[in-house]
Amino acid sequence: MVSLALKDVGATYGRRVVLSDINTGVLKGGQLTAVIGPNAAGKSTVFKRIAGLAAGPGLVHLSDTAKGSEAICYMPQDTGANAVLTVYESVLLSAKQGSGWKVKDGELQEIDRVLAALKINELAFRGLGELSGGQRQLVSIAQALVRKPEVLLMDEPTSALDLFRQIEVLGFMKRLATQSGMAVLIALHDLNHALRYCEDTIVISDGSVVASGPTHAVVTADMLKSVYRVEARVEACSRGRPVIIVDDSIALG
Amino acid sequence: MTAIAEEIAGIEGRGRYRALVVRRLVMLSGLLAALFVSVAVDMALGPANYPLSDVLTALFWAETVGDQLRVVIWDIRMPIALMAVTVGASLSLAGAQMQTILANPLASPFTLGISAAAGFGAALGLVAGVAVFPVAVQYMVPINAFLMAMVAALFIHFASTMRGVTVETIVLLGIALVFTFNAALSLLEYLASEQALAAVVFWTMGSLTKATWPKVWVTAAVLLVAVPVFARRAWALTALRLGEDKAASFGIDVRRLRLETMLTVSLLAAIPVSFVGTIGFVGLVGPHIARMLVGEDQRFFLPASVLCGSLLLSVTSVVSKTLIPGAVLPIGIITALVGVPFFFVLIFTNRKRAW
Ligand SMILES: Nc1ncnc2c1ncn2[C@@H]1O[C@H](COP(=O)(O)OP(=O)(O)OP(=O)(O)O)[C@@H](O)[C@H]1O
Ligand SMILES: [Mg+2]
Repeated sequence: MVSLALKDVGATYGRRVVLSDINTGVLKGGQLTAVIGPNAAGKSTVFKRIAGLAAGPGLVHLSDTAKGSEAICYMPQDTGANAVLTVYESVLLSAKQGSGWKVKDGELQEIDRVLAALKINELAFRGLGELSGGQRQLVSIAQALVRKPEVLLMDEPTSALDLFRQIEVLGFMKRLATQSGMAVLIALHDLNHALRYCEDTIVISDGSVVASGPTHAVVTADMLKSVYRVEARVEACSRGRPVIIVDDSIALG
Repeated sequence: MTAIAEEIAGIEGRGRYRALVVRRLVMLSGLLAALFVSVAVDMALGPANYPLSDVLTALFWAETVGDQLRVVIWDIRMPIALMAVTVGASLSLAGAQMQTILANPLASPFTLGISAAAGFGAALGLVAGVAVFPVAVQYMVPINAFLMAMVAALFIHFASTMRGVTVETIVLLGIALVFTFNAALSLLEYLASEQALAAVVFWTMGSLTKATWPKVWVTAAVLLVAVPVFARRAWALTALRLGEDKAASFGIDVRRLRLETMLTVSLLAAIPVSFVGTIGFVGLVGPHIARMLVGEDQRFFLPASVLCGSLLLSVTSVVSKTLIPGAVLPIGIITALVGVPFFFVLIFTNRKRAW
């Protein structure tokens, strides 16, 4: 199974240092790993750095992969696009990068499967420009999935989705990771989702990792206080799952 | 139950996609057929009136017709008709790829100053007798035009690679180039002798009447170089329209793709302008028509842009001969007159978003 580890990774935009000394343990395939942290902490930048789309020092170790650098797929946070393409074409396009003009039937079958799995096959022949924000996000997920990555970096994939779609997508991703052994890193703002779906969590604040490990150990009242500046409790719900109950924000000192 | 529904929906997706592809191929064939007709009509028309049968005979059995007819058809009308095709194709393709890499519907050789630069270069030769590249002085005008167009294209390109320069900035820079070169051109016109002024004005209007076989071959050769360059990058170019981040996430080297495209585009845009003068509208509108007809999958968009551009200019060439009997109007004037109504009809009847 594929695995990933970051060693002393940093990232810079021009001369501006955005990330420094990011070290993670081995990020395992076959599960979801949450990447959390406040706005502008550097979550998207970590993903771009891993995907080779941002410059910086350090090493991204990828092991047991069959596809080499092709193994990693980054799904950007921004999903807006005004191309005159249908949803189906945009997903096909993602699958066909680097190959010839001819489209095989098997490739189309794969697209149908992915669209069906995300329950967006009724959108297949709508124009990209006519989609709602959430629909766009689902299409973006489809574009990532047809690339059959071994490491999938999803940057806030559920931020525009309704509650039903959020749990559908995260549940689906979890099943997919378990079945395929894919390593899925998900940047999230909804920490209850992290608690529920992600085995491990990495907390980034101000360009560095401030905590990482099993989600239950990482998402605690103390962390919420120091990183997110909110007064909150992590308690077991009536069914025994841990949930975050937010009480108040902490005024800037 | 849901499994069955999904299976049916899946087959439907695949089938509908195949049908879409067939529709687009039909569309492309239609454009090609229309182009053949237009080129044939273009060759049949001219100051000297020959019956269509004579024209066809001259085309297919050139040895059997008189010298005069043969010369008119083969050495005068055919270069003009084919020049309309190659120039229209080049400008439209250049515009299409500029719009693609700059993610801007306003991009075209004309709107971003490449044509204006070429116009200024030509005027420099016509009015001041200045050869930018002082070799082959008899070709001073096209060479000047070409070099200035190249300068403008490279300026746009290198500006676009600078950090912090956005797509909007590029368009602003392009528009600034248009104004600059047009002002410089006006200055030259102001200073020009009456004879040189007439030549400049004629050139800036754009005209196919000076078409010759060598010019046709050169423009065709440029197309033959450019089309495969783009064709090989079809998926990557299409992906660019999903946004830079998305394209990069697909493993595309976006900077390099932009550079290669811009260099090819500058060649495509400069050569025709240097031969036939400023023909503005095709480069902007050709790609938009193509996009409305077949969408932006470059496997269809690329040939459609080529065909729309050639068809637009070929029809324009026909119109330029028929509008005032006995006179051939400069094609640059007519392009907009022909293109705009067609363009409007498409925009207002196309309920899908065009950009
Ligand atoms: N292209 C860029 N050029 C310069 N600075 C950038 C660029 N992109 C991001 N930054 C800066 O890098 C820092 C980290 O940004 P990043 O996008 O990684 O944050 P994030 O954790 O993903 O935030 P969010 O939750 O808002 O998505 C921010 O301070 C941001 O301003
Ligand atoms: Mg982000």
